[in-house]
Amino acid sequence: MPESLRYIQAVNHALAWALDSRDDTVYFGEDVALPGGPFGATKGLHKRFGDRRIFDTPISETGFLGMALGSAMTGLRPIAEIMYADFAFVAMGQIVNQIANTRYSSGGRWTAPLVIRMQQGYSPGACAQHSQSIEAYFAHTPGLRVALPSNPDDAYQMLRTAVTSDDPVVVAEARMLYPTRGEVRLDAPVEPVGGAKVVRAGTDATVVAWSRLVPVAVDAANQLAAEGIEVEVVDLRWLNPLDFDTVAASVGRTGRLVVAHEANLTGGFGAEIAARAADECFADLRAPVRRVAAPDVPMPAAPSLQAAVVPEAAAVVDAVRRTLA
Amino acid sequence: MGLADDYRSMARIRRFEERLMTLKDEGEVPGSIHLCNGQEAIPVGAARVLRDGDYVSATYRGHGWALARGVDMAALFAEIMGRDSALCGGRAASPYLSDVSRRFVGENSIVGAGVPVATGAALTARHQGTGDVSVASIGDGAMNQGNVHEALNLAAVLDLPLILVVENNVYSEMSRIDDMVRVKQLAERAAGYGIPGTVVDGNDPDAVAAAMATAVERARAGAGPSIVEAMTERLVGHYSGDAQHYRPAGEIADARTREPLVRIRNAADAALTATLDAIDAEVAAEVEAAVAAARATAVPDPATVKEHLYA
Ligand SMILES: Cc1ncc(C[n+]2csc(CCOP(=O)(O)OP(=O)(O)O)c2C)c(N)n1
Repeated sequence: MPESLRYIQAVNHALAWALDSRDDTVYFGEDVALPGGPFGATKGLHKRFGDRRIFDTPISETGFLGMALGSAMTGLRPIAEIMYADFAFVAMGQIVNQIANTRYSSGGRWTAPLVIRMQQGYSPGACAQHSQSIEAYFAHTPGLRVALPSNPDDAYQMLRTAVTSDDPVVVAEARMLYPTRGEVRLDAPVEPVGGAKVVRAGTDATVVAWSRLVPVAVDAANQLAAEGIEVEVVDLRWLNPLDFDTVAASVGRTGRLVVAHEANLTGGFGAEIAARAADECFADLRAPVRRVAAPDVPMPAAPSLQAAVVPEAAAVVDAVRRTLA
Repeated sequence: MGLADDYRSMARIRRFEERLMTLKDEGEVPGSIHLCNGQEAIPVGAARVLRDGDYVSATYRGHGWALARGVDMAALFAEIMGRDSALCGGRAASPYLSDVSRRFVGENSIVGAGVPVATGAALTARHQGTGDVSVASIGDGAMNQGNVHEALNLAAVLDLPLILVVENNVYSEMSRIDDMVRVKQLAERAAGYGIPGTVVDGNDPDAVAAAMATAVERARAGAGPSIVEAMTERLVGHYSGDAQHYRPAGEIADARTREPLVRIRNAADAALTATLDAIDAEVAAEVEAAVAAARATAVPDPATVKEHLYA
């Protein structure tokens, strides 16, 4: 039976499911045990699973991500929580040099079945060190899987997929979506890794988005529908493995492509989608690919300044209009 | 364990690496290699008190730890020579190799970064309740890396069975440790984590084994990590091409009078000397056979270059 849950509650259910289904699953991070997590993602789990399965770490992202790797190599299925995605940068050495290399550099003899769970994106008043959308850094690194759920059901399904994967997965949730509510299929079978989804059908243009920009793109599509422009919205969901087939099929139907993400423009994952489209969809494209992204500035904290940076529906509407012009 | 056994274990490491150096000169080893000549007593002493279930990790100077843990010598040569070895299939080479079958969690060519990973192996041991321990070896310079500090504090608060072996060979690449730290001994830092720290003669396998026995016993009992600082000297350069201009004249010659193999030789009577000579001959033959086996190992097929990236 689907249940109506908020995004953050869906995360909590997925974690409970993971800890319940295997004794070798352990969960650790800062304030995750008794406190239940800074956003409530682990509420009630410590009481249910105890110190051996879920425990607090000192503030040492490098230390505990390395610990996640070593324990994954030797038989556990750890999930490590990075409180804000921005803090992953202090531990990037463990992620890029250690975790991502383990399977390949050992010729497949060691594996690293671990999940790094984090949340990202701007929120009003949050400063430049608590607002970044950092998915492109991980997507650039061979050996990592990268998941960005955009709704409560995906928050539940994709996290379950991540914890059952035998590869290291970075799950970057969207903090601004935590309060959103939706139907969650608690009993659904675990999905395979990967797979984009057409979340709104259309004929005139394709908008590829992920994370917080998916509901923004749907909002833009609904506005354009009032003018008779039908936009197809593709939720990319996973940046690795990349399901470009779904993107290409959609571009085949619409002939026009806009890529929208919250991360800043230069070197963002939108550039990858645009380049792939130029390479593989050239014959289908009737207009240049457009990108919607934050400008290349650090995130300011004042809401008035944030509004000048963060892409919203109007920017997507504008980009679609320009591809149709 | 007698002197002859220690001698054999240490001689295997020494001859292995000396042979590696000649292979390098002959163009059979790609890249640079970092030898542990002079430091053999540390892995050999430690290995004496470890059991099969224990995990070991090392730095890029880790051939000695691999051999002391029973990693196959021919496979080790093969991996370092860029062959399709049973260790890592030619993807790791000298500075990053590992052996899953010997629980040799591996070397690490990022200074200090292996210590958090070793802490993870200790977490597994605690979770599984096996009483196994995780030993991580690093150099003196690595003690200044944030990875090491975070891992030690983490292991201390979680009471994890981690033993950090600091091989203090005085130098980090070309810099002396006393120019880099204000403490006299690195083991003093243990106090900062609330764990035991000891300093031992790293050229004496008995001293290393005794210190390790105490640390390992504590770890197996669930009482948490320790630091063992083993004082030693590097008889060779930091890496295969290092001319060592930065070392004072006579330093290496002096070190050669007290290195662990010479020490046993100097203390040996006629009977033991004959035994050691026989061991040298056996080890030389073993090393040659391993080189031949490695040479017979295929080079990795370029068509497999994308394999082993994902499950
Ligand atoms: C993070 C990092 N910084 C710098 C280096 C370059 N480097 C390689 S070995 C080394 C010296 C390490 O010294 P020490 O820890 O004392 O080990 P030893 O070489 O003496 O065994 C340095 C600086 C590196 N590999 N990784």
